[in-house]
Amino acid sequence: MAVSQSAITQITQDDVEDLAFGCALLGTGGGGSVGGAILETRSAIRKFGSVDVLQLKDLPANGLVMPICGIGAPTISFEMLNNGGEAQLLRREVERVFNKPVVAIMASEIGGSNGVEPVMWASRLGLPIVDADTMGRAFPEVQMGSFFVRGLPLTPIILVDFQGNVATITPTSGASAESESRAFTIAAGGVALMADYINPATTMIGNVIDGSLSTAIEIGRAVRGSTDPIKKLRTLLGAQTLITGKISEIKRRTDAGFVRGSVTIRGTGTDAGRELRIEIQNENLIATENGRVLASVPDLISVLDTQTGAAISTEEAKYAMRVTAMAWPCDPLWRTAQGLKTVGPRAFGYDIEYVPVENSPR
Amino acid sequence: MKLDLRVGMDVGGTNTDAVVLDANNRILARTKQATTADVRLGMKAALSNVISSIGQDANRIGRIMLGTTHATNAILERRSLGQVAAIRLGAPASLSLQPMESWPNDLREAVCVETCILRGGHYVDGRRISLLDEDGIRKFLIGVAKDVDAVAITSIFSPTSPQDELRTHEIVKEVLGSNVAVSLSHEIGSLGLLERENATILNAALFGVVGQVITAMQDVIDGAGLAVEMLLAQNDGTLMALDFAKRFPILTIGSGPANSLRGAAFLTGLSNTIVVDVGGTSTDFGVLVNGYPRESAAGVEIGGVRTNFRMPDLLSVAIGGGTIISGSAEQPIVGPKSVGYRLDPDALVFGGITATLSDALVVEGRFELGTHNVQTSELARLKSALRNVNEFIADAIDQVTLGNTHLPLVAVGGAASLIPDDIKGVSRVIYPENGDVANAIGAAIAWVSGHWQGVVQIDDGFNTAVANGRTMACNRAIEAGADPQLVEVIEQIETPLSYLVTPTVHLIIKAAGPLNHL
Repeated sequence: MAVSQSAITQITQDDVEDLAFGCALLGTGGGGSVGGAILETRSAIRKFGSVDVLQLKDLPANGLVMPICGIGAPTISFEMLNNGGEAQLLRREVERVFNKPVVAIMASEIGGSNGVEPVMWASRLGLPIVDADTMGRAFPEVQMGSFFVRGLPLTPIILVDFQGNVATITPTSGASAESESRAFTIAAGGVALMADYINPATTMIGNVIDGSLSTAIEIGRAVRGSTDPIKKLRTLLGAQTLITGKISEIKRRTDAGFVRGSVTIRGTGTDAGRELRIEIQNENLIATENGRVLASVPDLISVLDTQTGAAISTEEAKYAMRVTAMAWPCDPLWRTAQGLKTVGPRAFGYDIEYVPVENSPR
Repeated sequence: MKLDLRVGMDVGGTNTDAVVLDANNRILARTKQATTADVRLGMKAALSNVISSIGQDANRIGRIMLGTTHATNAILERRSLGQVAAIRLGAPASLSLQPMESWPNDLREAVCVETCILRGGHYVDGRRISLLDEDGIRKFLIGVAKDVDAVAITSIFSPTSPQDELRTHEIVKEVLGSNVAVSLSHEIGSLGLLERENATILNAALFGVVGQVITAMQDVIDGAGLAVEMLLAQNDGTLMALDFAKRFPILTIGSGPANSLRGAAFLTGLSNTIVVDVGGTSTDFGVLVNGYPRESAAGVEIGGVRTNFRMPDLLSVAIGGGTIISGSAEQPIVGPKSVGYRLDPDALVFGGITATLSDALVVEGRFELGTHNVQTSELARLKSALRNVNEFIADAIDQVTLGNTHLPLVAVGGAASLIPDDIKGVSRVIYPENGDVANAIGAAIAWVSGHWQGVVQIDDGFNTAVANGRTMACNRAIEAGADPQLVEVIEQIETPLSYLVTPTVHLIIKAAGPLNHL
């Protein structure tokens, strides 16, 4: 994903919509709707000021970077909104535990609302935000990030909820990190704010997906005012259109805490007669036509409104919507052996070989 | 005596239309009258007109179905809105965003007395977030007492745990008496705090507007010596009983377009088409799919405010026959204000001094109206305003069709000629006979409906819970007048709530049926 030409240095109220548009697209169907995050972030910037965006190398070497993400059910987060003080609690606990100052925060996951909300937290804390994340998209589990692949120290993990409950946990593995933090989240009513892989800025250099924030904002800016958003996005992301058509079937079930199912898109226009099926586990993971895999995780598969180019989340997808499914290459980090082991098709239980989207048959 | 006739009436911002239909949906009488400042006069004129057309058959009228765009126009134009105090329960959650904080400033100023976020509310699993802050509620209410028309109460997860909203309602009655109307969010919308809260506040702001219309209609019915049942049209193209409509005035929003879409389907026999309803104050663009209005996927925005209402998927623009043209010939400004029912005498063609789109249409020869000629000095501005409107219309069509240019377009409503017959983006334009009263016809042919919604766990009790929900929805439709033999579930929407240990879905069930025979 070779996007960002010019790095963003500040995020103002006016940038929030563009950022959110890009984050929704990078969410590949998951990551939670960005609507609420837009309002909360604009409100925070109005009250607490714009947010400076920095590269890791610009930060004090020993200062801690606090990667933040919301964890839990998007549907619940739309009902039980933030208190506003959660990130301050996180910061206080991190500084207490590590006995070092936090100098910046970072989005763990750029996809969906988790890409937008850290900007709100940065504004509220008066801290800069790092122009990077650990996924370059959205993934459903906490260990599915670049820091895990590169073996950075994960623990301690700190979680807070809107009531002010704070948990500092030191799990023994990535899988335990997932289950322990999910247990806290359930006790917290289904949503919590989490910081993990808290490390000095220098330790993080070279181990993140650089430029994620700039990329998201650039996506929003490119599409705004464009007469052909789909074409614009294809060029910007180096993406391929998998199909243009109408949603003809949606299957959705919650299963062990995940939305699982599929969306079927029936082709229209030049794609008439074709049918694309997208397998979903919170995010869009595999796109097949007649059983043939056209694209698969960790490459990004997004379902977009054909007219506006706006991303349609798994929960928003509805019969007869006119959509374009698009896929583009993930960050090279995910194509390494360790990357594919962590987030390749088999990590999600699909017994297929990963083929980079640009090499897939059309 | 057979009570086999029904009157469909639509009170728009500009015109009041009425039709009489028999049991076979034949149109026995129709009229179009001007809406008046006191809406009674227009309603009375419309009702007397159709009654006199059918002579002594008038005593066969059993029901009157009323559609009104008053609520929509009140919000779009920010007038006649009630003064609302908004209480949100759920602190310490949700303090990051105040009620109405993200509303357009002018609408907030027109509606808001004061807001607060107090302790109370529940988690998704029914546990308390915090103990209800009854003292805080009392203190807040005393502070707003002298300014407030209505109170809107929204508690976190009230669709599954409504008790704090119900208790707060009791406190409002204690402190402010029973005259201050209350709007409870769990009765208004589904999950999604801000959208539900917004709809609840708008509902509270609309009690007065819709209440006045209902009282006026009742006065007119009494005055005509009729003893008929009144039903109100709602946003999904179905009808609701009167006591229900008084509590949920917001449900009338979108009823006009839903009715005109169904009316247009009835008049043309088309089931897949674009329908454009051009009123005096606003124009609605919608799509009929298999005879029913295409519904919005996500919640709709009303007057710049996000809600979670599912409504006909409409593009509503503040342009209609009465829309005021200001600015210069080089840079005409179209709307957003309308002369509304005052086309006569305010518009130029009625000798007034306000330039409107109707004047522009008359000048172009697309509309016959009025008593006066338009002065030559006005022509340039009127024509260039109309050119702007054409571009606007073509854009709107493109948006609702999503670029599909093969659909026909049915233009209905009093100012249907605002849509040129050579407009881009459609296969052809149809102006059906009686299209100017399509709203009233749509109201008269509508079914009556009932809803149920809740959060259901997917376990052994799931099928029983769904069956109960379906029965509840059907019962509510029957209470509102649906034929018990013919009522059926017409929609069941399951939305999974992810990340919970026990698989859980939010379920919405809608039932509807034709009206029973009186």
